[in-house]
Amino acid sequence: MSIKIGHKPYAERIQDGLNNSFMRKAVSSAQGRFRSGRLKAAEELGDWEDWRTLGEEIRSHTMENLDYYLHQLSEQVEKRGGTVFFAETAKEANEYIQEIAKKKQAKKVVKSKSMVTEEIGLNETLEKSGCEVVESDLGEWILQLDEDPPSHIVTPALHKNKEQIRETFRKKKGYTGSDDPVELAAFAREQLRQDFLEADIGVTGCNFAVAESGAITLVTNEGNARMVTSLPDTQISVMGMERIVPTWEDLEVVVSLLTRAAVGQKLTSYITALTGTRLEDEVDGPEDFHLVIVDNGRSKILGTEFQSALHCIRCAACINACPVYRHVGGHSYGSIYPGPIGAVLTPLLDGYEDHKDLPYASTLCAACTEACPVKIPLHEHLIRHREIIVEQEKMTTTSEKIMMKGFAKWASTPAAYKLSTKMARTTLKPWTKDDYIEKGPGPMKGWTEQRDFPAPSKERFRDWYQKREQRSDH
Amino acid sequence: MKVSLFITCLCDTFTPEVGKDTVELLERFGCEVDFPAGQTCCGQPAYNSGYKSESIKGLKQMIKTFEQAEYVVGPSGSCVHMLKEYPKVLADEPEWAERARKLSGKTFELTQFLVDVLKVEDVGSTFTGTATYHPSCHMTRLLGVKDAPRILLENVKGLNLIDLPMKEDCCGFGGTFAVKNSHISGQMVQEKAEHIEETQADYLIGGDMGCVMNMGGRLRRNGQEVKFLHIAQVLNTQ
Repeated sequence: MSIKIGHKPYAERIQDGLNNSFMRKAVSSAQGRFRSGRLKAAEELGDWEDWRTLGEEIRSHTMENLDYYLHQLSEQVEKRGGTVFFAETAKEANEYIQEIAKKKQAKKVVKSKSMVTEEIGLNETLEKSGCEVVESDLGEWILQLDEDPPSHIVTPALHKNKEQIRETFRKKKGYTGSDDPVELAAFAREQLRQDFLEADIGVTGCNFAVAESGAITLVTNEGNARMVTSLPDTQISVMGMERIVPTWEDLEVVVSLLTRAAVGQKLTSYITALTGTRLEDEVDGPEDFHLVIVDNGRSKILGTEFQSALHCIRCAACINACPVYRHVGGHSYGSIYPGPIGAVLTPLLDGYEDHKDLPYASTLCAACTEACPVKIPLHEHLIRHREIIVEQEKMTTTSEKIMMKGFAKWASTPAAYKLSTKMARTTLKPWTKDDYIEKGPGPMKGWTEQRDFPAPSKERFRDWYQKREQRSDH
Repeated sequence: MKVSLFITCLCDTFTPEVGKDTVELLERFGCEVDFPAGQTCCGQPAYNSGYKSESIKGLKQMIKTFEQAEYVVGPSGSCVHMLKEYPKVLADEPEWAERARKLSGKTFELTQFLVDVLKVEDVGSTFTGTATYHPSCHMTRLLGVKDAPRILLENVKGLNLIDLPMKEDCCGFGGTFAVKNSHISGQMVQEKAEHIEETQADYLIGGDMGCVMNMGGRLRRNGQEVKFLHIAQVLNTQ
């Protein structure tokens, strides 16, 4: 996989999403749970706005000094027996990991959930070189069996309901049980147990790396990351280069924000911190530990007006709050990063060419900005993307350009404004019936496809006002 | 107190009655209202669509029109917020940015002006009926006007206000979004229309004409009998 998923054009993807009533039902009910959970957890913590400000400060400070903290992190990891590899591109990251797999003559790799490995397409690379790769996060495992991309960054199989999951298990794994979630999960655990025992390499993502200690922390609810990081002798953690905090104290703040904003939990069931290889006097830990720090376009964002997009802690609160995501689902975005943060991040990491429609897939209602626990001004970033698409990339249609130029002229010339608003009712008369337009011409078509449009008033406000002034003058 | 009315292009063209009610309301509380005739549109359709350079001339026209005012008041949270964005949009032209900053500081949305500046919480209106209120996104999240409309409506005699389920969700208007992404917009406004139906209210009240036109247009398309009004119309009913 890569950042881009599928090959369908935007309009087709949106239509697929809107037509998928199973998915829409699953998404809206999940959104309901996540939203109320987040609000409740925020209220319970108290001073939520102060926490957000603190979170923003930590993320902002870290990005401002990213070179320093990355250096500190790599020194600490190496001091504890680990090896650090900086990968500028997805290809470099994949090749490095592939090389380790070759050296270890690895046949099986188990993974815990990681968006960055989705981003770089690690599974395909390892599979090509003959490794079996097994995803151990329940959602990711379901998707892997179904060869389906994630539709959400925290709960990747959000778009599937339990009946669909039962079908997948039946077809791919010979499952014979019911669609009871407990039974489904128990089946998955049983199946995965063998994979953990057989795996030669464990691959994890990284929620946050702690620079001062070189620890890699993983925030999970299923316990699978513990299995991935305690059974195989070789450990590889892959992290986006921005996923770092300076200290344990900072970690406490961002983890508190993450679990509350993501799933409404005070803490997840497991927070795992991995610090280097097994020392002589220790009984567990890997023989070999590699930390792969992935740039893949991130450093280009540093120092730009989009820098705060790197503050993201991947909680998906913006996705859960988004009314557009609610109706179209994650796959419609055509990116492994969907929703508002996806619409901001995807063009930055993967270019405008394939993703120029994403910044427009928003009403700019700012529910995302309000939900973000580290105060990323997501809706403002979307407007800025639109400016770049229009003014620098010049990717908009000629008809839109003509219309907007016309609008600009109209809005800056009172005489034109006055004349057109005066003529509006007459101009639209051929399409008007009972003071409404039910099927409008040209640019009005999109509007009237979905709802009626009111006819302009017989008397504008300014006409009324002028008459009133004249009356009071007499 | 002198108030210059920022009517918004939608109210000027489609719902002059909202303007009349706004003028009468402000006059009732001692304001001297004038209407600077050089005003056009706040420029949001172009700016929010990415046509920043194109929008700037119109923004300057609006600044020139309103900068002499003591207060500028408009019956729309979204358009008022756009005026408050002018300093940011014009940041590359310091002189204009400064003029924009001055304008921004004296510009208010109608209910915000009534409650925060005029300190009026009960406008003394009577409106008999059952209604539900949709709090528009730009008014609440961007302008930060969350309580003023509710305070004013709760004090209207005869008005039975029913809470709108999922009221914080966008109605799907989003300016050009309603046309450019009309299919998504249609599903969003449909969900809103269903929530409005659930309240069994006779009236839908909103504070932003764009959102009211969107929801009202869908209600009419669906054959729903709910009447839709701008909040100024309710507050000015005696």
